[in-house]
Amino acid sequence: MAEENKREIVIPGEIIVKGEDYLPGDGTEKRGDEVVALRYGLSEESNKLVKIIPLSGVYHPRRGNVVIGKVDNINFNGWMIDINSAENAFLSIMEVPRYVNKDALEEVMKIGDMAIAKIWNINKRGIDLSIKLRGLGKIDEGIIVKVNPNKVPRVIGKEGSMIKLIKDKTGCNITVGQNGLIWIKGDKIDDELFAKKAIQFVADRSFISGLTDALTKWFDEEKK
Amino acid sequence: MEKVLTTSDLTGERIEKYLSEGKRFDGRKLNEFREIFIETGISNKAEGSVRVKIGNTEVLVGVKMNVSEPYPDSPDKGNLMVTAELLPLSSPRFELGPPKFDAIEIGRVIDRGIRESKVIELEKLCIKEGEKVWTVFIDIYSINDDGNLLDAAGIGAIAALKNARMPKYDEVNDKVLYGELSDKKIPLSKNIPFPITIYKIGKSLLVDPTREEEDIGKTRVTIGSSEEVISSMQKGYSEPVTIEEMHEILELAEKTWKELFLKIGKYLK
Amino acid sequence: MAKEFKRADGRKTTELRPVKAKVGIVPNADGSAMFSSGDTIAIAAVYGPKKMHPQHQQNPEKGTLRCTYSMISFSVSDRIKPGPSRRSMEISKITEWALEPALMLEEYPNMVVDVHINIIQADAGTRCAGINAAAMALAHAGIPMKSMVSSVSVGKLDKQLVVDINKDEEDWEEGEGATDIPISMTDDGKITHFQLDGKITTKQVKEAIELAREACKEIYEIQKKALKESLGE
Repeated sequence: MAEENKREIVIPGEIIVKGEDYLPGDGTEKRGDEVVALRYGLSEESNKLVKIIPLSGVYHPRRGNVVIGKVDNINFNGWMIDINSAENAFLSIMEVPRYVNKDALEEVMKIGDMAIAKIWNINKRGIDLSIKLRGLGKIDEGIIVKVNPNKVPRVIGKEGSMIKLIKDKTGCNITVGQNGLIWIKGDKIDDELFAKKAIQFVADRSFISGLTDALTKWFDEEKK
Repeated sequence: MEKVLTTSDLTGERIEKYLSEGKRFDGRKLNEFREIFIETGISNKAEGSVRVKIGNTEVLVGVKMNVSEPYPDSPDKGNLMVTAELLPLSSPRFELGPPKFDAIEIGRVIDRGIRESKVIELEKLCIKEGEKVWTVFIDIYSINDDGNLLDAAGIGAIAALKNARMPKYDEVNDKVLYGELSDKKIPLSKNIPFPITIYKIGKSLLVDPTREEEDIGKTRVTIGSSEEVISSMQKGYSEPVTIEEMHEILELAEKTWKELFLKIGKYLK
Repeated sequence: MAKEFKRADGRKTTELRPVKAKVGIVPNADGSAMFSSGDTIAIAAVYGPKKMHPQHQQNPEKGTLRCTYSMISFSVSDRIKPGPSRRSMEISKITEWALEPALMLEEYPNMVVDVHINIIQADAGTRCAGINAAAMALAHAGIPMKSMVSSVSVGKLDKQLVVDINKDEEDWEEGEGATDIPISMTDDGKITHFQLDGKITTKQVKEAIELAREACKEIYEIQKKALKESLGE
């Protein structure tokens, strides 16, 4: 595709493109008629909009994100969950699908447990989580894998195509947290580790095009 | 914030189960070390220096020497001082400041391993009894922590010693001529002491854990030895070991030492 | 023009020492880099942005840059005892001042970006090598930056200006001795760090700045190349 040919690694301060009609998107700014990179990453231009796809950097929590975290602390109101962001994330007992007795919080989730949650609000105090929807809640078993949060879109793929490929080829259930933590559960530990390897394969090559084909090829080789 | 990045109980259960089947996440056997890479001459200002990489774990170890007064209770012997620093650069878990316990333990365990093995012939480091002796400083720095810093540090210490050369010493003016290395190596005996640390996870005993594995280790025993002669041991963490387990640990350490020596012995002569 | 000034290592007066730069050398870090200039080797690692502790040091308007500079004990001939020194504390602060103008930390209130610099081998120009490594590490970590920062030490040996002095040149004793001028600049030529020790005229300081500008451009190209070649790390 023509747009993909315009992808280039750029560094902060570097001029990506010159021209009055180019518009500065994420990670860039316009100085005169030059669009300048403000981050290290892949520059991408599409319909005159120039933006940076970051290759590195910490997780920026957004409302609606599904994240995976570890219970850090419990108070009378709910659970403090560490989702690897600078702000603290909190799951209130009001955001749990069933009634929880104030004395029984530990029975629902104790310190050290892993959970999948959705960010329903972000304000000055911190991040508010919810596990009310289906598919959210405490994780019972499996393995947790970490990738840089900026690689998550690639691991998921366009309309989920990449992660679906991995699920099909390994037979595992996989939930990808937008914060870079991924939960894998399979029938055998070997399957889980196979899925982990596949995810690592994608994360290490997040900057190339034709990645789905490369991954398919990799699976064919591995299965031999 | 980094707490979520420590091994979760979830993954820990899987690691433990896999180990009980004799397998590890990275495909190694329980008694197998990751790939070891040793590079000498890291700093041309050191009398000896090495970089040791075990998998992604990396340490730098340097040897420096100076001339000073001997300790009163050993007027005819040189001195040895081993220090370890866990650099904040090497892990989000390490902070700037005076050394925390982990760094102190590494320094002291490596010190004992070197000292008790008598690999440095300290009597030969005496210049003038009661007045002037050489002091050997071994300084250990972590560059990336992916588990098993202790063994990496210990291998680095002996490699740096074997690689080091004495600086020239101007006796008349009492000056060490740094930058002018003599042809002489530090007086060392032929033994090659380095530590192997055995970790226990669940009921399994393993060597060379990654950070992910080390996080869930409940007990560990470090054995500093050369061939079959043990010069130091240290048990760490709170879970006790049975006598039978200790026998297994000793045997595993001896076996692993020999296998490791085959791989890295050439750097340690 | 006077006869060409001879430098002990054969370099021209405007020539940098051989430079090596690499990114991603500390897998645990959010960003990391190595920068070496001749025999001087610096490594840097970035952790953050993350919550700033202690709380009273938090800035509600923007993130804080926190730099630490330290030389390892065997980086120099006379062993350095472990622990901070006044010199390392001063250089840590200088490094913060050198890098901050290029960073955009407004989107990280109450957070801190930690940069740790360690000198592995010292042959003069250590603070400059540290700043060069740190700038690459910050970019590598995905920190938003308006520009890169490059750093070099210009020296005056007796009356002759030279670029990127080594230790022997730092100890120059003939004539007016050595003047040492470490300078850091953004890639669009703004000075973010400037120090000077020695004896020099205003005219020559201006010339030194010119020389630094050209040298920093060269260093920038090397930093850029290292970042572009870091894929997959």
